[in-house]
Amino acid sequence: MATTQLLSLTGVSKEFPGVKALKNVHFDLDKGEVHAIVGENGAGKSTLMKILSGIYKKDTGDIVYLGKSVNVSSPLEAQKLGISIIHQELNLMPDLTVAENIFIGREDRRKGRIFLDNRKLNKATKALLEELDLVLDPKQKVGELTIAKQQMVEIAKAVSYRGEVIIMDEPTSSLTPAETQALFKIIRSLKAAGKGVVYISHRLEELSQITDRITVIRDGEYVKTLNTPETSIPEVIALMVGRKVDQDQRPTGRELSNEVVLKVEGISDSRLLSDVSFELRKGEILGFAGLMGAGRTELARALIGADPKTAGKIYLRGKEVKIKSPSDAVKSGIGYLSEDRKKYGLLLIQNLTFNTILSSIPAFSNKFGFLKTKPAGSITRDAIKQLSIRTPSENQYVKNLSGGNQQKVVISKWLTRDCDILIFDEPTRGIDVGAKDEIYKLLTKLASEGKSIIMISSELPEILRMSDRIAVMCEGKLTGIIDNKDANQNKIMQYATKFRD
Amino acid sequence: MSDTVKVAKGENKIAAYAKREIGRVLALASLVVIFVFFTIMRPVFASWENVSDGILMSTVVIGLMAIGTTFVIITGGIDLSIGTTTALVAVIVGKLVQGLGLNVWAGILVGILIGGICGVINGLLITILKLPPFIATLATMKAAQGLALIISDLKPVMFTADVKGWDAIATGNIIPNFPNGALILFVGAIIGSIILNKTVIGRYTFAIGSNQAATQLSGVKVNAWIVAIYGLGGLYVGMAAVVLTSRLGSARPDLGLGYELEAIAAVIIGGTSLLGGKGTISGTIIGALIMSVLINGLRILELQQEWQYVITGIVIVLAVWGDNVRRRKTGEIS
Repeated sequence: MATTQLLSLTGVSKEFPGVKALKNVHFDLDKGEVHAIVGENGAGKSTLMKILSGIYKKDTGDIVYLGKSVNVSSPLEAQKLGISIIHQELNLMPDLTVAENIFIGREDRRKGRIFLDNRKLNKATKALLEELDLVLDPKQKVGELTIAKQQMVEIAKAVSYRGEVIIMDEPTSSLTPAETQALFKIIRSLKAAGKGVVYISHRLEELSQITDRITVIRDGEYVKTLNTPETSIPEVIALMVGRKVDQDQRPTGRELSNEVVLKVEGISDSRLLSDVSFELRKGEILGFAGLMGAGRTELARALIGADPKTAGKIYLRGKEVKIKSPSDAVKSGIGYLSEDRKKYGLLLIQNLTFNTILSSIPAFSNKFGFLKTKPAGSITRDAIKQLSIRTPSENQYVKNLSGGNQQKVVISKWLTRDCDILIFDEPTRGIDVGAKDEIYKLLTKLASEGKSIIMISSELPEILRMSDRIAVMCEGKLTGIIDNKDANQNKIMQYATKFRD
Repeated sequence: MSDTVKVAKGENKIAAYAKREIGRVLALASLVVIFVFFTIMRPVFASWENVSDGILMSTVVIGLMAIGTTFVIITGGIDLSIGTTTALVAVIVGKLVQGLGLNVWAGILVGILIGGICGVINGLLITILKLPPFIATLATMKAAQGLALIISDLKPVMFTADVKGWDAIATGNIIPNFPNGALILFVGAIIGSIILNKTVIGRYTFAIGSNQAATQLSGVKVNAWIVAIYGLGGLYVGMAAVVLTSRLGSARPDLGLGYELEAIAAVIIGGTSLLGGKGTISGTIIGALIMSVLINGLRILELQQEWQYVITGIVIVLAVWGDNVRRRKTGEIS
């Protein structure tokens, strides 16, 4: 077996000031193998990947690559050794072509070594794409491609280094099911070519499809390596969080009031949305399901006035309200929690207190415009307790918190503003399994306290677990609203593809 | 027992403060080092006469402009128009006070307000026309330069002796031996610091610079606040123009161009991030003082002016590079 081993890590540890990020971690990878590393956010997956790809230096431990002990001192060194990494956030230049992106820094030059030889570049790219069975035009600009196609460009780039090990960090996080299958096809052909793939994903149901082995790490420590055919998702989850998490739950009979809090009538926009109407009741969680691009986020943004509407009326407890900007929405008690918390939800370089009061600053100031810092601090400490946000204090910078805790900070912002209607857009995206459970409990608690929640989610188990009713969208239209007790994954998918061929 | 505990606690507080504010502590330390260096080279450098007239007074105009610019830069914006706006405000105030006999106090007020209006115009160009701040203020920079020349008819407005008290704005001494100009700078800095750290507009300044999209989605009327912040910056520019005319005894339409870059340099040396979201007024004042002390000291060492420019450039590089190295070490930036 030793001859087939590509890579092995033994006893790798890494410490950051005050934090032991990795403790004595083991990992190995064979030729033609897909080996997953799973663990909650903060478990140390990224640190391990960064050590493998030369971004961080390990404190202790050995890395053996192709039978030789190596020292991966920089990303360039990793590349030279043949270890490529595809980061979760794609690192492509949108205004350059596919070929230019793949061979950036290694462009062929004409004689004289000043002018680029684009023809040669495009030819080499075409050969590479054909080898990988990818349907892409070398001359197309990357910015014009879908995310899935861009991902493929990244893979082609990684392969072009002719390395033996390819690390993929959450490669499917923004892909549709069909696109995911296409990616798996490529991974399988890499396997067949004898490459080793290190695969990191939050989507555990993918692991049984694509991986050979699964290594679980928790709190920076090695837990166990499992052979995929001999394990199950519940076992993996149990190892990840150290306890059992129920995957297939439905809401436990909440009493629903008949009071309609929000009524939306005929919302349309100039691009996608067409005549969307629905009602939201007090204490209800209304799930919004649909495929990518169905218009759910667009609906939320139109609803809160972040993007313009061309038609439609909004009634709040029976009274019509005009919402032309997010500040109108907030005044009406509607808070929006974006799927991209870092970009649209948080002030990462500021502390918890600042973020918590961001929507309510006038309420935390006197009539001369001076801020009252004491109540701001105390309400933040209350929120930390109430939402069990894990942070050393309210003065911690939000960028230092994990994804789940950052989400809680956004929630605390809207609770501080006393919003009655909360729109959660993909509330658990990028949040690990254990913390997901906490967010679910929090949503349920908020609903039972009388808040009304719109929950947009692309994960059907999440939709089924949380929603009282499920609204399904397809191509900008609302195609159906189903009661949870009548809903199942098949039915939702039918509505979600109603207008598709 | 309790006394020793108190002392220990006090020391911890100082240590914690020093740690938190290490950037500014280091900036202040470099200011002191430069000051001591010149004093050793030429003891006359440390004379009160040189400190008040040579250093403090020459910091006032750039310092006031830099206070306003600190707000703008913390939002993630930039204001290139403040230099020529100073010239525009100067000639308008000159015409009103010298030409039409406007009262001194009214002249001060009008000067500040015109500065504010220019700032508001920048804010409107940025928010309503959605121009990038660099472009918007580049345009108003050129426009203000032209207007200053047109209004003044290309000639400086000289303040004559019959405009009583105008010179006292900058050069008088409400506090004995302490020029009013320097007093205005320090009072302006304290007010600016209070606005930035203790008030709603200051908090929104940081919020917008940290993440404008998130701030807007949080229900903050971001556009209105941006206009207000550029307007606030403009008020400081207006004040700078008033002090400049008072100090020189004239309003020159050609004086001011280039001041904007000195003000921006002071802000940056003071540790404010051009990316927005971080910055302090005290840092800015230290930055402005470092530049004045350098220029003044090099002049006393009889170094040619050309070399003063070169050294200023080197100082900007060292200051920002040093700050980045420190922040990378503490994990503040990566």
